[in-house]
Amino acid sequence: MLKIWSMKQKQQQDEAAATGGAKKKKVTAAQLRVQKDLSELSLGSTMKTNFPNPDDILNFTLTIEPDEGMYKGGRFIFDFKINQNFPHDPPKVKCTQKIYHPNIDLEGNVCLNILREDWKPVLNLNAVIVGLQFLFLEPNASDPLNKDAAEDLKANREGFKRNVRLSLGGGNVGKQTFDRVLK
Amino acid sequence: MDEATGTGLPNRPGAQRMRWKYLDNILTRHGPFTDPDWEPGEAAIEGLARAKLLGAGGLGCEILKNLALSGFQDIHVIDMDTIDVSNLNRQFLFRQADVGKYKAEVAAKFVEKRVKGVKITPYCGKIQDKDEEYYKQFAIIVCGLDSIEARRWINATLVGMVDDQDPDSMKPLIDGGTEGFKGQARVIFPTMTSCIECQLDMHAPRAAVPLCTLATIPRQPQHCIEWAHIIAWEEERKDITLDNDDPEHITWLYQKALTRAQEFNIPGVTYSMTQGVVKNIIPAIASTNAIVAASCCNEAFKLATSTNPFLGFPGTDNYMMYTGDESIYTYTFQHMKKSDCPVCGDDNIARPLQVDSDFTLQEFLDSLAERPEAQLKKPSIRSQEKSLYYQFPPDLREQTRPNLSKKLYELVQNGEEVVITDPAFPLTFKYKLVFK
Repeated sequence: MLKIWSMKQKQQQDEAAATGGAKKKKVTAAQLRVQKDLSELSLGSTMKTNFPNPDDILNFTLTIEPDEGMYKGGRFIFDFKINQNFPHDPPKVKCTQKIYHPNIDLEGNVCLNILREDWKPVLNLNAVIVGLQFLFLEPNASDPLNKDAAEDLKANREGFKRNVRLSLGGGNVGKQTFDRVLK
Repeated sequence: MDEATGTGLPNRPGAQRMRWKYLDNILTRHGPFTDPDWEPGEAAIEGLARAKLLGAGGLGCEILKNLALSGFQDIHVIDMDTIDVSNLNRQFLFRQADVGKYKAEVAAKFVEKRVKGVKITPYCGKIQDKDEEYYKQFAIIVCGLDSIEARRWINATLVGMVDDQDPDSMKPLIDGGTEGFKGQARVIFPTMTSCIECQLDMHAPRAAVPLCTLATIPRQPQHCIEWAHIIAWEEERKDITLDNDDPEHITWLYQKALTRAQEFNIPGVTYSMTQGVVKNIIPAIASTNAIVAASCCNEAFKLATSTNPFLGFPGTDNYMMYTGDESIYTYTFQHMKKSDCPVCGDDNIARPLQVDSDFTLQEFLDSLAERPEAQLKKPSIRSQEKSLYYQFPPDLREQTRPNLSKKLYELVQNGEEVVITDPAFPLTFKYKLVFK
């Protein structure tokens, strides 16, 4: 044991400095990684973040305003909850509005592979927001979370587009009434 | 070993020392692998007796038993759980009558009774309840934790405790873990060798099924349970926080899953499967636990006594993986330290930095730009509690901008750790701000 310590002393001869008696509060590994990820976000002109408590960077919302595709004109708000196990665990992402989308259910759950089965710690928050943005450009009928919307999309793309427009304005599609999300 | 050696030891009557007859053979003789500088005999035995050890977690029974029977005499044990009837098959320190009691307490009492002369101090709670002061008292920490989160916590705590001026501040961490027929034992010298954070990629993430499969085409009983767990609960009982240990909650999920399974003609949903899926229980196999715990405790013994080379000596192998899934295979290797590890990487050990507490945050950041090792262009900075200043994203910049004109003493405490990142560098800089 003592041998190991003398190895360490050889390994680094750092300057000495006595620190104050304050109890050390350490930045957690999750906070650190989120800080890095945030600085690398490319939000572009269609996305912005909102931190209700700026000191807490693990909880925030992301607003997406697609500037092309059938969801153009909508304003979609996603809630991000990141736990201390990040990046081992993926962030928990939910849509806060009730919207008509084949890959997002009426509760706001999102079917995006990298948020669940394909998440890897090497992925970062930017990968997640790119994935979310993509869902609005290319809704995917083969991995449905909202089965009715997926079937509409498969059966009749033009009809689906009309449904999207209706739902964005807070209208009904089938038996469901959707939240008005136009900006 | 003859009786004379036994009686010669202080405070230990010969008859009692006889218990350690074979152990003493190792402690009182040079062997082929002992370090030439090592002194066998009383010093080694005393070293073992004085080594204060901390054991924690799910492999606890095995570890505690092994440590006590290896001659360690001052052992502390932490576990937050109470005894469940399902533990009794492998956690042999517990009996039916103990169900509901704290594991740490019952285990400590049991082992103290069986192994004369050992002192075991239980703590019933989380390892996170304790601070650096507490962990400082031990010679070695042995962990058999059941979560990655707890491992990362103890790892970061022990790395953060290392003080270059104090050899006693570096506590070797021995970590054991099992999952079914697989397991690992590893030894970590915080800041010197690859740490748990460096080795995070060794943990396979939990296998997950795509949400859309759960929502639309379940194929297995587990899919129906996950559906009930993730989707149905949120839809119908949003306002109630799911408690995995509440039988009413599990029953609700079980009923939901069962109904769904019937709709899709999937047999096999049971109450205990529901419990297993929801709590992510991977069946613990008693003998895997025994193998891994034994390996951990052997390393603890060698570390404490220097009788033999141990796993994890800097520059040598530090990780033993064991798998019994398909026949049997073990492999021991050296997991390398990661220079960019967010916990122990060279740039991530908080360096003390003398600062003028009357500086504004802006002045401080400007001064960093001039430091040769930093030369930061667009630094973002935070402490554990506060986002001090963020360059990005824009709304966070707006919200933290007022801090720039505040004085350092208004924002941080003397000795507090801050983390600085800059998109121009892949590194992070950690400083302990020491007021001049």
